[in-house]
Amino acid sequence: MKSRRDVFQAIADPTRRAILTLLAVQALTPGAVADNFNSSRQTISKHIQILTECELLQQEQNGREIYYLINAKKMKEVADFIEPFRKMWDERFNKLEAIMKKYSLVPVRTGKSKK
Amino acid sequence: MERKTKINAEDGKQDLVITREFDLPLELLFKAYEEPEIVEQWMGTKVLKLENKKHGSYQFETTDPMGNKHGFNGTIHAFVPNQKITRTFEMENSPFAVQLEFLEFEQLTDDTSKLTMHVIYKSGTLRDQMLKLPFAQGINMAHNRIQDILNKLK
Repeated sequence: MKSRRDVFQAIADPTRRAILTLLAVQALTPGAVADNFNSSRQTISKHIQILTECELLQQEQNGREIYYLINAKKMKEVADFIEPFRKMWDERFNKLEAIMKKYSLVPVRTGKSKK
Repeated sequence: MERKTKINAEDGKQDLVITREFDLPLELLFKAYEEPEIVEQWMGTKVLKLENKKHGSYQFETTDPMGNKHGFNGTIHAFVPNQKITRTFEMENSPFAVQLEFLEFEQLTDDTSKLTMHVIYKSGTLRDQMLKLPFAQGINMAHNRIQDILNKLK
């Protein structure tokens, strides 16, 4: 698995999203994560590996156990992906609203008036 | 500040939904899409043509801070006042394929309304590229602003 994985492809999988949700609350060992799913430990471990490769998860050594936790910085990066696009539309619509509010001071046909 | 404009773009899909609630009666919201002079104001674009009817078409032209002109156009497939507009949207001279837009206008109360914009792209990859565009442009714009300020200092 040499090629860098696409982070958006990684979170497109429902199981992986569920793992992220689980680890957002607390750091867990792969075994503890697997206990929450019907899939085999091997399958879950594979998902964890993919998420780690994408840097969405980070490892923490605690004695003999390895705990996985969410990499908040990377997660924020992913969440912010759409933000500039949303902001662009939000600004446009704010402008539309402001313009039309001025407009509403001028009498307009509302359809309620007599025909 | 409350997030009035919402974007729902599911992973791996080739469409997205933009929703926005307005403190405007439905008629006024629709008017903002109907009247070329008003479209020009809030879209920040020049309206060269806007035929609000089935089989009609539109043409916009925007001038960026560098003075370059960018053309946009599309065909109108449905135009039902205060209800819906179905149209295509295409950026001229760009590698982006044409997209399909379904705009739905709804009355919430006498003074509030809602717009739902469903946009379908040629592919999921193309959608993600389009989503990233304002981010790239934002960096460009900031750069241009700095340039402007520097030029004035000269």
